Order: sequence, then structure tokens, then C-alpha cells
Amino acid sequence: MIEESIIKKHTVLSEHAAELLQSRQSSTVKPGLSLSQYLYKIGSGFYSLLKGMKLTGSYFVNPGKIVTQPYPENRETLKMFPRFRGRVIMVHDEDGEHSCTACGLCEKACPNGTISVHATRNIAGRKVLGRYVYRLNQCTQCNLCIEVCPFDAIRMGHDFELAAYDRDSLIFILNNKEGRG
Amino acid sequence: MEINHLQAPPGFTDTAAAEATTEEYYLNMGPQHPGTHGVLRLVLRLDGENVQEVVPHLGYVHRAIEKMAENQTYLQNIHLTDRLDYLSSFMNNLGLCMAIEKGLGIGVPERGEYIRVMLCELQRIQSHLLWWGVLGMDMGAVTAFLYGFKEREMITDIFEEVCGNRLTMNFFRPGGSSADVPDTFLPRVATVIERLKRALDEYQTLLTDNIIFQERTRGIGVLSREKALSYGCTGPVLRGSGVQYDGRKNNPYSIYERFDFEVPVGQGGDSFDRYLVRMEEMAQSIKIVQQAMETFPTGPYRSKEFSKYRIPTGSYFSQVETARGLLGIYMVADGTAKPYRLKYRSPSFSNLSAINEMAVGYKIADLITIISTLDLVIPDIDR
Repeated sequence: MIEESIIKKHTVLSEHAAELLQSRQSSTVKPGLSLSQYLYKIGSGFYSLLKGMKLTGSYFVNPGKIVTQPYPENRETLKMFPRFRGRVIMVHDEDGEHSCTACGLCEKACPNGTISVHATRNIAGRKVLGRYVYRLNQCTQCNLCIEVCPFDAIRMGHDFELAAYDRDSLIFILNNKEGRG
Repeated sequence: MEINHLQAPPGFTDTAAAEATTEEYYLNMGPQHPGTHGVLRLVLRLDGENVQEVVPHLGYVHRAIEKMAENQTYLQNIHLTDRLDYLSSFMNNLGLCMAIEKGLGIGVPERGEYIRVMLCELQRIQSHLLWWGVLGMDMGAVTAFLYGFKEREMITDIFEEVCGNRLTMNFFRPGGSSADVPDTFLPRVATVIERLKRALDEYQTLLTDNIIFQERTRGIGVLSREKALSYGCTGPVLRGSGVQYDGRKNNPYSIYERFDFEVPVGQGGDSFDRYLVRMEEMAQSIKIVQQAMETFPTGPYRSKEFSKYRIPTGSYFSQVETARGLLGIYMVADGTAKPYRLKYRSPSFSNLSAINEMAVGYKIADLITIISTLDLVIPDIDR
């Protein structure tokens, strides 16, 4: 809330605004420019344009460090930052084992219903992960599932070329060998 | 011609068409128009190319975020605030986190506050850089667009390294942030700040000092101080009209009262004043970031984490100064893990409502400038 005292104290207005408003109302009758004024305006306009061109020209002949990257060509060398959020993947060790215990915390943490954890029982009767369904088409990469996972079973992968022609091909079962579905 | 007998579209005031010497007509600007910065539809009443009246039509990207909020937990709601004003998602995150912190009565460790302030100020610069480039492009200067995006990319890289995303961050949490900043954060910020200082001088040469640019912004879209206040404009639009009000200064949150910075004010409230205010704001943000870098503390970045965030019954309000103005968050909690009601007071909505006041009497080409200097983000208007 803006208090009136603050406004009064800080306001720096301004006959300028009133002038501008007035000139706007009477804008239909603009006084004509004299020839010298006209030429001066053209000259000063060109001069300021040239000053800008000098700057762009100096960059043109002396590009320095190039900040843009030629994307499809640099695919091999392109490295994302460690925290980059591509899509959720499940971490698998060399033996193809994951550390997910099907606790379902990630499913609860997800705001969009992206994750479904289907638990099952193994031969010994213990609860294990059956299918870990991840729907990329609903995912907003908010990272809440990764933060909440107590076993670090899932993490954000670094793939970013995620477009597909078919929505169904964006639904992944993560607990396979590679963890990528 | 039959066009004369067309009925006025909804929203227009009664027109005295009989008195008009020339024929007036109605024209849709948008929803698909590069000058409206998104899916905003403006219906114009025109006399030739002079704008007589502007009626904005909203709702093309309405996603019912406030209603969605009632079905999501407090933590899940943070990622929805990214999608209000996507160019100041850190500041939106901060607003909601502050409201939750008020509800829970928890504080933020020193390092957490510094991370917050630094990221928010970097994002203010980033947002203003995008605005600067787009303003140039709206007026036909593509050079400005490319130059603005060059520096913006460096800041975006910092964000990508800190939190993994470039636009929708979802980084702040009640009591701090979701992760600590990496070791490379401070050196990277130092590099960017050094570059930005030189860049601001370049922008001065490229656009601010350009006579053609000045001719097209001086005296265009005048918003008087009284009108700016009565429409509820905030941010650079209000300050451009000569009211020195900044949420960071007049109602300080986080640790902003520790930093020494000034609030730039315009004189007349025209497009050029709004332009100058934003350019000066970037310099002031650089000042804040520099001060924060000097005293960046060590220690924890987040206070104690809860497994479930249940906020006691009551209503809580917090407001932050985003790159566009005041974002107010009014939260009604009923003791469960989800808010009973969450209301966002978005700055762009109020700023847009003054457009008719500013645009009447100018040409269509000036209207593009006016929209651009309002710095509208359409998802922020529609929510």
C-alpha cells in the first residue's frame, strides 16, 4: 500500500508531464520546422546512427569470444551442467540393479501425476518395484521427485532432445536395464 | 459504406460517430501479433491510424493457477508460481516462500538470504535485458535484440548451473533454497558483472543516445502520476511516472534494507522515462549484487526441512518487487497441507489496464512502443 505521505515526499513531478499532456492535446496543429532545424535533425539522427554503427562495426571486425554455439554440429562436445534437468532417469549399477524400494514418495511429491509406482511382491514375499511409469508428456521438470527420494534411486538425466511425434512414445518404464525406458 | 453502421464491439464507450469528420473503424490487434508479446488481443477504435480507444481482451492463456493451487501442496505450488511471470520466476518463488515462512514462523539462514537476493537481482537484470532487446526489435532495431540476448545468455547460464533450469526455476523453498550454490557461482557472477558494466555503456551508445529512438519514445504514451496511482500501476511504470515507490525500499523484505541502492524515478511518465528507469534499475541491481558478493557468508543455506508443510489456520500476505512491479500473494490456510485459497496480485494486469489512458491520440506504431515499455508478460496477466 502506498501511503500518501510517501508519495508527497518522493514525488518529483513535474511541469514536464503537464506540458507533455498539453502538447498531446494540441498535437493536431504542429508548428512547422524551419529548414535549418529540419537539416539539423537529419544530421544529428545520422550522427547518432553512425555512432551505433561504429560499435557494431568494431564487433564485426573484432568478434572476440563467440558466445553462440553451432548447436547440431557440437553435439559430441556439448556438455550440460551437472544440475541440468532433462528428464527423470533411474540410476542402475553395473549389474543392472536399481535402489528403488517402491516407497511411492516421488509419486506423492509430483504435482502433475507424472509418476506411477507399481509395487509387487517377490518370491520371498517382500515388496519390490514392479513397474516405474514416468510420463514425460506431463512432466514440468520441477525436480521435486528427485529431492524427495531418500535412496537417490532417480535423478535428472542430461538428455534434452526430447521431442517425439507421438505422445505415447513419451511414456517410459524406468526400471529396465538402462533406466531410461 | 456499411462499415459506418457496425455496432461497437463490447467494451467500448459510446462513440459520437456523427460528429466525426472521418470514418472510424475497429481493428483486432492480436491475439497472434508479435508486438503484443504473447496472446494478448487488443481491439482498437481507429481514425485512420490514430488510436481512439483500446480495449484489451484477456484470457487466452488462462490456466486457472489460483484454482489449481487449492489442489496442490505448498511445496508443489512453488513450481506453479514459475508460470505466472516466467521472466521473474525466482522472485515469484520468493514471494510464495515468504508467505509460507510467515505461516510456519520459520526464518532463513544468512547464506540463504544472500542466495535469494543475488539470484533475484540477477534475474531482474536478465528480465530487463530481454525487455531492452525486445523493445529495440519492436521499433525495428534488430541489433538491440541480439546484443541484449548476448548478455542475457551469460546470466541464464548461471541460473542453469545453479538450479538446472533456464526459465522455470522452482528453486527456492520455505526456509531457504533447494540446494546450495556451486563453487563456481561467485566467479561466474563476477565475470558477468564486469561484462554488464561495459554492456550498459554499449546500450547507451546503441539505443539510448540514438536520436531516432528518442524521437519515437519522447512524449509518447504519457501516463500522469495520478493516473498511474489510480490504475494501481507498480514497478518501473509507476516510477517512470514520477512516484518513487519500490517494494524493496519502502517495504523491505528479505535483507534488502542492508544494501545501498537508489530508486530511479522518471519525470514525465512517457515511454522514454520508463525506458530510462529500467536502464538505471539494471545499474542499481549490479550495485546490489556487488555488495552481496563482498559479504557473501558461509554456513547453511536452508533452515530445518519439514517432511510435511502444514500451515496453521489464518491468512498470510507477502509481497515482492518483481521486474514488473509488486507481486502480492494472499494465502488463506486451513491447517491442512494445501492452501484453502491462494490469490496472486500480478503486476502486469494493473499495468495493462492503464493502456487506454496512454495510447489514445497516438499512432498504431506508437502503441507498439507503449506496449513494449509496459513490459507485459501475458501469462502473468491471465494466470
